[in-house]
Amino acid sequence: MKRIRVWSSRLLGSFRKNRRDRELADEIDSHLQMHIDDNLRSGMSAEEARRDALLKLGGAERTKERYRDRSTFPLIESISQDVRFAARQLRRSPIFAITAVLMLSLGLCAAVSLFAFVDAALIRPLPYPRSERLVYVTEKNATIPDANLSYLDYVDWKQQNTVFQSLDAINSSGYLLQSGIGSISIRGAHVTAGFFRTLGVKPLLGRDFRPGEDLAGAPHVVILSYAGWQQLFGGRKDALGQTIRLSYVPYLIVGILPQGFQFALRGNALVWTPLDPSGPCESRRSCHNLAAIGRLNDGVTIQTALVNMQAIAARLEAEYPDSNRGQWATMLPLSESIVGRVRPILLTLMGGGLLLLLISLVNVANLVLSRSEVRRREVAIRTSLGASTVRLFVQFGTEASVLIVSAAIAGLVLSVWLIKAFTGLIPTNMLAGMPYLQGLGLNGHLLWFAAIAALIAAFLFSLIPSLHLKFSDTGAGLAEGSRGSAGRGWQRLGGHLVVIELAIAAVLLVGAGLFTKSLNRLLHVELSFRPDHLATLSVAAPRYKNDERLLNFEEEVENRVARLPGVQSVGTTSLLPLTYNGNTDWIRLVGRPYNGEHNEVNERDVSVDYFKTLGAQLLRGRYFTAADDPKHANVAIVNQAFARKFFPNDDPIGKRFGDTRLSPKSIRQIVGIVADIREGTLDSEIWPAEYLPFKQSADNFFSVIARTGPDERLMLPVISTAIARIDPEIGTLDQASMIDRIHDSPSAYLHRSAAWLVGGFAGLALLLSVVGLYGVIAYSVNQRTREIGIRMALGAQRRNVRGLILGEAGRLTIRGLSIGLSCSIVAAILIRKLLFGVSSWDLPTLGAVALLLGMGAILASFIPAERAASVNPVDALRIE
Amino acid sequence: MDDKADVWQGTLALMVLKTLEAMGPLHGYGIARRIEQTSGNVLALNYGTLYPALLRLEQEGAVESEWGVSGNGRKAKFYKLTRTGRRQIEKETREWERTTAIVARFLNPAKERA
Repeated sequence: MKRIRVWSSRLLGSFRKNRRDRELADEIDSHLQMHIDDNLRSGMSAEEARRDALLKLGGAERTKERYRDRSTFPLIESISQDVRFAARQLRRSPIFAITAVLMLSLGLCAAVSLFAFVDAALIRPLPYPRSERLVYVTEKNATIPDANLSYLDYVDWKQQNTVFQSLDAINSSGYLLQSGIGSISIRGAHVTAGFFRTLGVKPLLGRDFRPGEDLAGAPHVVILSYAGWQQLFGGRKDALGQTIRLSYVPYLIVGILPQGFQFALRGNALVWTPLDPSGPCESRRSCHNLAAIGRLNDGVTIQTALVNMQAIAARLEAEYPDSNRGQWATMLPLSESIVGRVRPILLTLMGGGLLLLLISLVNVANLVLSRSEVRRREVAIRTSLGASTVRLFVQFGTEASVLIVSAAIAGLVLSVWLIKAFTGLIPTNMLAGMPYLQGLGLNGHLLWFAAIAALIAAFLFSLIPSLHLKFSDTGAGLAEGSRGSAGRGWQRLGGHLVVIELAIAAVLLVGAGLFTKSLNRLLHVELSFRPDHLATLSVAAPRYKNDERLLNFEEEVENRVARLPGVQSVGTTSLLPLTYNGNTDWIRLVGRPYNGEHNEVNERDVSVDYFKTLGAQLLRGRYFTAADDPKHANVAIVNQAFARKFFPNDDPIGKRFGDTRLSPKSIRQIVGIVADIREGTLDSEIWPAEYLPFKQSADNFFSVIARTGPDERLMLPVISTAIARIDPEIGTLDQASMIDRIHDSPSAYLHRSAAWLVGGFAGLALLLSVVGLYGVIAYSVNQRTREIGIRMALGAQRRNVRGLILGEAGRLTIRGLSIGLSCSIVAAILIRKLLFGVSSWDLPTLGAVALLLGMGAILASFIPAERAASVNPVDALRIE
Repeated sequence: MDDKADVWQGTLALMVLKTLEAMGPLHGYGIARRIEQTSGNVLALNYGTLYPALLRLEQEGAVESEWGVSGNGRKAKFYKLTRTGRRQIEKETREWERTTAIVARFLNPAKERA
């Protein structure tokens, strides 16, 4: 208690210093006067009286000092003095201060912004209770490492496993929502009844699904997502208990999900309904459309769980060889299944951000160093007046801290803005798969990160000048115009720093080059169709089922769209190109030995004009015709990959294939071969594909492609309206031009963002390192002016001098480049999985980077070299 | 060096407080003279050390200060004992007596044994 009072009084004293000082002076003064009075009274002379009084006091100044030490905190006193001193110093050299703060805040901003994404995706846990116990379980086979799960397999897994508290499945779907204004297509998800309980999520309002509501014949109930509740009911409480019509079936609303709820693996569903086990896919073991999540029993590791699931999968394989041959179980932590894909790219970008931070640190260190050189004499004076090394360290530290604190504040403000900008650039369809980015912004982790970076910087910047100056001789520093050996030493250290900068710049430039090249390769990958002027959208008519209407549906859509002015041709397909490899069929060739393997091929059901509309080349045989309908023989067109894989030596035309049992209904004849249309994503392989005539495999959901004369983006709403006019029971969704699909596709997006970000970092790094090199060379020329003068006086030619300086710059550049290029090959090997169509050893990229950096270096050293060459020997020798 | 100063300062503080208790409000010079007199002029007090000690006592709340006029008409700062100060005297006196008693036992061990 007493101590607190003393401390607060002293702290207060720090602020009322002047008044205290005056008062003390008065007090001492009155003390001396009284003492002198007494002394005079006892008979001393005036002079004697005064001396005795002062002596007894022990010196007026010393008393005041002791008093002052007690009345405030000396440390605070000296720190606040240092801060003021530092601010004054920085104000006096504003260019240094601004450059340093700008560079540091740029570096910090880059690293902090990227760290925000890394933190959100890779460090913070998923927003479910005990999410580390959640796993993603599904099937895999030889072709697809991450396939869907079939419902019947899921049921067996659920019943037979001994490792899960619960195992639940989800399947995304679309619904047509009937409302006053017609049909709107919305995204939905089917889940088994325990799905939300497994995740640990409770509805905000109403109730969860009850066990048994996911069985055949159960009453239709629906849970709305928070967004769905807001959109459909404006957030009114009375939504509970109301009925909505989803694809013409009434569903009772029983619950509303909490606002933040998202399930990344299946995007943004507005409505959640129980899975219907009587669906056409759910009743077949060979039809795979689910993903499962499980909550592990306490004490069960993921490895144990996987062993258990694989044993079950093996049993099922033995029991149902026809459908389950080669179907194995696979398992990942749920978080891994969500962020696994973005981890490498995020870590790469984070690495780039850290390198930029490093280069900005190095550059500012270099600046600090050259400033400390300028201040050599000031420091020498302070040292000889008794300043300790610690005191100097603290003083340089204070100056560094003033810089860094300003830079950190600027950097954080910038990065808040940058994070918003980055998030805004992510396409919404991708954002749905990244729920962890919700509410991204400044948080504790980020502040810690920035604080640690700032601390490291502060330490570095105070260590460098005090070390540098400590080892140099005080006397030499005081000597007039000394530019002795310490200058050389600094030059060497500065040179090392520049080499580091050049190396980092080289690494970043190579990275940017590789990503740009990859992006270019990706966007120009062979599609085997012409993507320009293609308008695409999807059509759903859930009430059309296996009747005449279904067969005519597709024809009617094609006719209506084809009649629109501006539309040149129209085709339809069950799945648009560039979507994914999947929706496969297992085939068996007629007249070939068969051992039960699954020959997995992409299956696409397409209309007569589909290939013509796409501009895909027919290599042999014929297109489909209107006569390829259920009344005529089954036919198929296959792609080149199919032909190569199954008919390496003979002509596929006329050959026949069917399902795994060669059931008579499934047998079809190959009538044509088309080029390898890219069905999967831009960076995926070409799989064998079979194209079936739409009428022989009709469905109430398909996609429309129209080739248009005018801008296809403008045609999309026209096409959509024309289709909706056919029947209010038809819904359209997912309108986009093919070009936009390519550019917004996740793989293109990832490559593009990597190319832009790393490119930006590389540009800054290039600038910083060239400026750094300029600084070192210019300083060196300054230091060597006298030497150059002597050389010239002894007969050196201007071009020798120029060569001397350029040679010095060249040596640094070559060292930086060779270190940088070797490091960048290592870095490129680390990121090779992210590259597309470019090898880690891409010589043109390496060569271009060497050229670019080399040119930058020549630019940076040209000006100082010219200055050196123009030195007038007489003037140079006369200086000092 | 620091340790000795602390001990010294501790005793100096007690002397100052006792002086103020005996004399009532007094200025720094008066306190110094009075301490010297009380010690029978044996103690050579460096007057300069008195002021930090007074400041500390003031910070602790044991004394209060006020500007006034001295006996021979000089302006001076007068220090006055507070309630906290009186309590501190009691406490420190007890501690001092205990300390001296302990030291006394060391100085006269024979007496203790007998």
